[in-house]
Amino acid sequence: MHEAAATPAWVLLAYLISGVCFILALRGLSSPTSSRRGNYIGMVGMAIAVVTTLVVHVGATPICVTAPANDPTYGDRCAGGEFYSFVLIPLAIIIGGGIGLVTARKIQMTAMPQLVAAFHSLVGMAAVLVGAAAYLNPEAFGIAQIAGSVGEGWTVYAPTAEILINPVSRVEMGLGIAIGAITFSGSVIAFLKLNGNMSGKPILLPLRHVINLGILAGILGLIAYFTTDQSPWVFFTVMGLSFVIGFLLIIPIGGADMPVVISMLNSYSGWAAAAMGFTLHNSAMIITGALVGSSGAILSYIMCRAMNRSFISVIAGGFGAVSGTGDEAAIDRPYKRGSAEDAAFLMAQADQVIIVPGYGMAVSQAQHALREMADQLKAKGVRVKYAIHPVAGRMPGHMNVLLAEANVPYDEVFELEDINSEFAQTDVAFVIGANDVTNPAAKTDKSSPIYGMPVLDVEKARTVLFVKRSMGGVGYAGVDNDLFYRDNTMMLLADAKKMVEEIVKALG
Amino acid sequence: MDFISILSIFVLACFVGYYVVWSVTPALHTPLMSVTNAISSVIVVGALIASAAAGSASSKWLGLLAVALASVNIFGGFAVTARMLAMYKKRERKDA
Repeated sequence: MHEAAATPAWVLLAYLISGVCFILALRGLSSPTSSRRGNYIGMVGMAIAVVTTLVVHVGATPICVTAPANDPTYGDRCAGGEFYSFVLIPLAIIIGGGIGLVTARKIQMTAMPQLVAAFHSLVGMAAVLVGAAAYLNPEAFGIAQIAGSVGEGWTVYAPTAEILINPVSRVEMGLGIAIGAITFSGSVIAFLKLNGNMSGKPILLPLRHVINLGILAGILGLIAYFTTDQSPWVFFTVMGLSFVIGFLLIIPIGGADMPVVISMLNSYSGWAAAAMGFTLHNSAMIITGALVGSSGAILSYIMCRAMNRSFISVIAGGFGAVSGTGDEAAIDRPYKRGSAEDAAFLMAQADQVIIVPGYGMAVSQAQHALREMADQLKAKGVRVKYAIHPVAGRMPGHMNVLLAEANVPYDEVFELEDINSEFAQTDVAFVIGANDVTNPAAKTDKSSPIYGMPVLDVEKARTVLFVKRSMGGVGYAGVDNDLFYRDNTMMLLADAKKMVEEIVKALG
Repeated sequence: MDFISILSIFVLACFVGYYVVWSVTPALHTPLMSVTNAISSVIVVGALIASAAAGSASSKWLGLLAVALASVNIFGGFAVTARMLAMYKKRERKDA
């Protein structure tokens, strides 16, 4: 293959090293102490990949130098090469990098899910653009062969119509832009839902499964056809249909399933990068794509398991669209309501308090006030721990980041399986902004939509303090929570942040 | 590289990814997502090749746009990950 000869060994080695750096970057995340070093290694890997590419491709002798003198298009093809390379490329990096840095610095931690969705969409779009660039200029990527007999010295200059992209490359390219486009439009919808520009409620089109499967079959069929006919309409139809399907796939998925969606899109962005790596025969892209693809897939699996739902049922969407059956009965059921002073008194008397945060804490930005409350309790000799359900919040690890932001030490924060047995020996469980993940119905009520989902056993604590805006709302699963009406539950009805601030005052 | 070599790298990397990601502590799942975001922007390599190559001008412009988008992700992704990771602290000593 001619492209293999064109790539020097040191370049292949450099891309391999950068791939290894990315592996080490993820490996570092096994503990918070090693994670910071891992992140730097990741940056080094990226720098190696970028610098190598710049040296090889931007600094390289332009292909047109060897052009025959009688090539009529010579001037057009070579004009502006240096301008692109030495002015526009650094400019693009500076503009993009600047936007990225400013965003990274200014973004609020509660907005991380949106930011990650936005970043996914950019990876998807970049994959589509690279795919399109490779389609329009396949010679530059060494993925084309010249059809028919052409004169010597013309190999590089055959008019586009005679340049045939290798069939294998066409499949890789087709898959790359399809996955990239799905990642892009899917992430845009996920972003809009997470950012509140679009309702988190599922949008259910009639016959949506038929439509989606039809479009998917169409995309795959066209990619197969693309191997025999490389005309632009095939390429751009694949791209267009993929944008549409990405949009259609995400609109029926409700807010509670966002942790799965965002993990899934993470995975897709990885597969898109891998497919582009196949197209461009680049090991750094393939290794990274495989890492990111598996990472997203594993996170999706963890999220699904934490909700006791199959991946297929999440993708099919519609969860949370219908209200639970317990809705009407809920209105009249008696419950106990407490004040901030009651809560402060109960907690100050306790030996151990376990705090269970959820999405509501993120919405009202209550994490800093919460940490203050925990500090005051600790000063009174109360042991304080935090219990985190894997799907609390809108993305994997969302609560951990918010608590870390509020300076909560990470060794006070525990995962579901590590702390669940402790609730029975706990005086107060303080539930703030979580709902479905504490619902005992998941363990007992077979008719409940969340039956079988692993939940935090908060009801086993001597007293449950449940902070909630009002009695009216239900969790995202659309089911009423039996916990509200238990004898050992006291409802603290207020905005989470205000309530916690009042408790802090009462404790002081 | 021929297709089989590339496929071998890919399959082995999937296995590496599988084991490495399972070892990530759940507390760091959000930084995991943001750092995977940053590294998947290694796709910038393809964008740079497109924008530096001689030939189709539209291909260059698409490449340049992709360079800009991927740069947002690379710089933003690593920076936001670093910002998050800096927040994870152990329990402070009493004198702190």
